[in-house]
Amino acid sequence: MILMPEKKLKRGVAVAGVGLSKFGAFPEKNSRDLFVEAFLDLMGSMKGFDPHQIEAFYLGNFSSDQFEKQAHLAPILASWVGLSPISTLRIEDACASSGVALRQAALAIASGQYDVVLVGGVEKMTSLEIAAVTEALGTAADAQFEVSVGFTFPGFYAAMATAYMHEFQADPKAFYHVSIKNHNNGALNEYAQFRQTIREIMESKKERAAQKGRPVPAWEDEFDFLSDPKGNPMVAWPMALFDCSPVSDGAAVALLVSEEIANSFTETPIYMIGSGQASDGALPERENLYSIPAALEAGRQAYQMANLGPDDIDIAEVHDCFTIAEIIATEDLGFFDRGKGWQAAIEGKTARDGIRPVNTSGGLKAKGHPVGATGVGQVAEIWKQLNGIAGERQVQGNPKIGLTHNVGGTGQTCVVNIFERRA
Amino acid sequence: MEAYSMNSQDFFEALEAGVLIGSHCLDCGTKSIPQRQICPKCLGSRTEIVEYSGKGFLAAFTVVYVPSSMMANNGFDSKNPYCVGIVELDEGPKISAQILDVDLSNPESISIGTKLVMASAKNNAGENQKPHLAFRPV
Repeated sequence: MILMPEKKLKRGVAVAGVGLSKFGAFPEKNSRDLFVEAFLDLMGSMKGFDPHQIEAFYLGNFSSDQFEKQAHLAPILASWVGLSPISTLRIEDACASSGVALRQAALAIASGQYDVVLVGGVEKMTSLEIAAVTEALGTAADAQFEVSVGFTFPGFYAAMATAYMHEFQADPKAFYHVSIKNHNNGALNEYAQFRQTIREIMESKKERAAQKGRPVPAWEDEFDFLSDPKGNPMVAWPMALFDCSPVSDGAAVALLVSEEIANSFTETPIYMIGSGQASDGALPERENLYSIPAALEAGRQAYQMANLGPDDIDIAEVHDCFTIAEIIATEDLGFFDRGKGWQAAIEGKTARDGIRPVNTSGGLKAKGHPVGATGVGQVAEIWKQLNGIAGERQVQGNPKIGLTHNVGGTGQTCVVNIFERRA
Repeated sequence: MEAYSMNSQDFFEALEAGVLIGSHCLDCGTKSIPQRQICPKCLGSRTEIVEYSGKGFLAAFTVVYVPSSMMANNGFDSKNPYCVGIVELDEGPKISAQILDVDLSNPESISIGTKLVMASAKNNAGENQKPHLAFRPV
């Protein structure tokens, strides 16, 4: 796989600001409205920044074609925030679309072509019924040979979960721990789709039953609730509802600038010091089904460029589209040994106060997963954590190095980016 | 196997005739399913169609309660789930398939490593009348 021994950016790239829309279900908002919300969030955090300085716009978007019957979205969004006639393009790499867009924008800056680039990600998903959403997401897999036999996206990851559990005799309770942890984090994120812990969700379901005069479920704790199909119905065994990221609307933006001018935009830039991206075929083509080879390769490239290893990463936002995906990600990225990620989840090692905080934003599970916005949304969390402005969910110990891991499909695309705070 | 070409749709033509085809590389011996003009291992293009035995074992699986639209059209839903999985053929390569005749009321009873043999599953969906690949326990 290694074509050249060393891959470095030709010049440095920094993130100078981030913006998010709220993630959730917003019937009154379309893609462009979500994008405007995220753009205004960015502008509000950047004093004195003139958007006329933006030279190009890179958009990650999976499928406005299917969700809104709107293709060619990048120039529309650019126009909607007044950026015409700058160069725009849309990148589609399924759920990794905006992670890839961010990497491509960084490569464009590194090449010397641009100094100031806006990266965006957006997805408006709740406009379709759930069956149509399932079908739209299915187009990110191999339609001819995988979807044609009845596979769904939860199904793919569920199959990976069975392979993982079989190979490592993993306790499926680990999945509950991932979900509970990510909801605990999302509850502290004002942009998150779910701002409730699973305990709170359980209690509110009990209250509602009582109000309606129905029998009140006897759930004692979160684990009790999650193991009851009445509270947590099965989607694709062994993945149940609370293992799955939701259907979401949302947008995210990041302003990327060349390293030498970063301090003229912000006092707190973070620097993109590593980046890697890899691809793969359909799920059956892989040697094993309990790891994502594209994540291993993207991680290898990013660590090499940054000249860092897994132990140097203070915080990570990983692609937990399903709970099993977070466990596999923490192994693919080298945070834990192969086959040990499930134990690490149970032991709380990935919690905010654990040795390796993962998905402090709430992750895709609780923050929400507007697929095209997810990659840049991850970078927004890294920006906040590295700059010490993540509020109640701030990780202690002044984190300095953050990583994002953004997966498209079942791992046909993976992009890993590493960021550093220098101040 | 001259009846079938490397065009991907011929996989389904063969399946309709009850034949499971793939390809093997004349240079490095790599076996693929479905068939491929270009060997994914050595990138050579000297490949030819082979017929597989249709025997294999279950490598991974799931029982789906929220069906794809095709499977919903085939009558599946949360009360009538179905099993799909990844089958490793005796000849080596893996492929996705519906898994028939397993205990859907108890997914924990379905085990990886179960020996399987090819079957085919009929589709009711209007536009896609062709059968799709399925396996069942031996």
